[in-house]
Amino acid sequence: MTASAAPAADVVLDARELVRNYDRTPALRGVSLAVRAGEVVAITGPSGSGKSTLLHCLAGIVRPDEGEVRWQGRRIDTQSEAQRSRLRRTEFGVLFQFGQLVPELTAAENVALPLLLAGTRRRTALGTAEGWLDRFGVAELAGKRPTEMSGGQAQRVATARALVTGPAVLFADEPTGALDTLAGEQVLVQLTRAARESGTTVLVVTHDAKVAAHADREVVLRDGLIESDDQALLGAAGARR
Amino acid sequence: MALAHVILGLLAGGERHGYDLKRQHDARFPLARPLPAAQVYATLDRLQRDGLVAPGAVERSGGPDRTAYGVTPAGRAELERWLDDVEGPEPFVASPLSVKVTLALLAAGDDAATGYLRRQRAAHLARMRELTRTVTDPGTSIAAVLAAGYALDHLDADLRWIDTALSRVSAYSEELRS
Repeated sequence: MTASAAPAADVVLDARELVRNYDRTPALRGVSLAVRAGEVVAITGPSGSGKSTLLHCLAGIVRPDEGEVRWQGRRIDTQSEAQRSRLRRTEFGVLFQFGQLVPELTAAENVALPLLLAGTRRRTALGTAEGWLDRFGVAELAGKRPTEMSGGQAQRVATARALVTGPAVLFADEPTGALDTLAGEQVLVQLTRAARESGTTVLVVTHDAKVAAHADREVVLRDGLIESDDQALLGAAGARR
Repeated sequence: MALAHVILGLLAGGERHGYDLKRQHDARFPLARPLPAAQVYATLDRLQRDGLVAPGAVERSGGPDRTAYGVTPAGRAELERWLDDVEGPEPFVASPLSVKVTLALLAAGDDAATGYLRRQRAAHLARMRELTRTVTDPGTSIAAVLAAGYALDHLDADLRWIDTALSRVSAYSEELRS
């Protein structure tokens, strides 16, 4: 398993030979993955296969023990926590299974939060947030707090928050795992539609093939290695064929 | 499911001639195999013979005469009986997928079974992507969304079985050799 020397021109995210252990348990055992701009990629595999760890390494949430992660050609795995945190605020969007909305804030304030942290004026940020809530079909929730929302509504608000800064890439970890079929379907449709319209690259971790079917490409992990990659880039090795 | 009951159901709202029934069928069941018109006429003949439909108005508009058919009281009773019946779950569950895995292990070994399962998984996921595009297209009719959703759920069940089988190839192979 060797990594290619030069990635294809439109590769934005390039991981090489990632190894990550938790105590003595290996989660990733040498994973290489190159992702093109605008791709919607599903990372699937059984529980414990390493898919969430891979996503967290790619998003700069955790550092790999070995290997490297490059975002638009820049190493991010060697950056400080502060640098990676800034990257997640400015260029990345992150969405988890439970939306992690701030319970004290309204839906509009939650969606506006990344803009406020980036220095946008409150009125402008709230206006933009309300536009995103409308786009996700939950405009009527603008003044409601998370405890007043259903799971599906909260996840739509969280998805709007993840996309409000116009991130170049969205990392989503089981974004519909806590929702019923119909609510999950609605979140996915809106998420992938918004991402495709804006050219946002999406990496979504899921154990659900119906979620993976919304993606352009599926990368299957098993035991910390890539078992298959149905659209692997030429020269970007890492798939155990 | 017998075509006779489908035709009785499509006639329940009023008389239709054979070709109109074919068109109705194909529109109402968008992912089903399109119905050959000849099969509709043959089924109408049998239903008429059994007293479940009866000929009604004859349409004469330039081409050959077209006879419309309507449901008789006996036909309506048969339709209601059929609609009340629960479809029995399939009694035999040896799908072509599981048969192939067993035979691949017996005839060619673990790699052949694993390779087949991975290719089958890719084929299933490719079809699921097509169906997902149908389901998520805002212009898709509810009939097509429901039909595609039904197909998606069944493919998903197959795919989950494929994933389970992939993780058990070695153990199953050992069992077959013992």
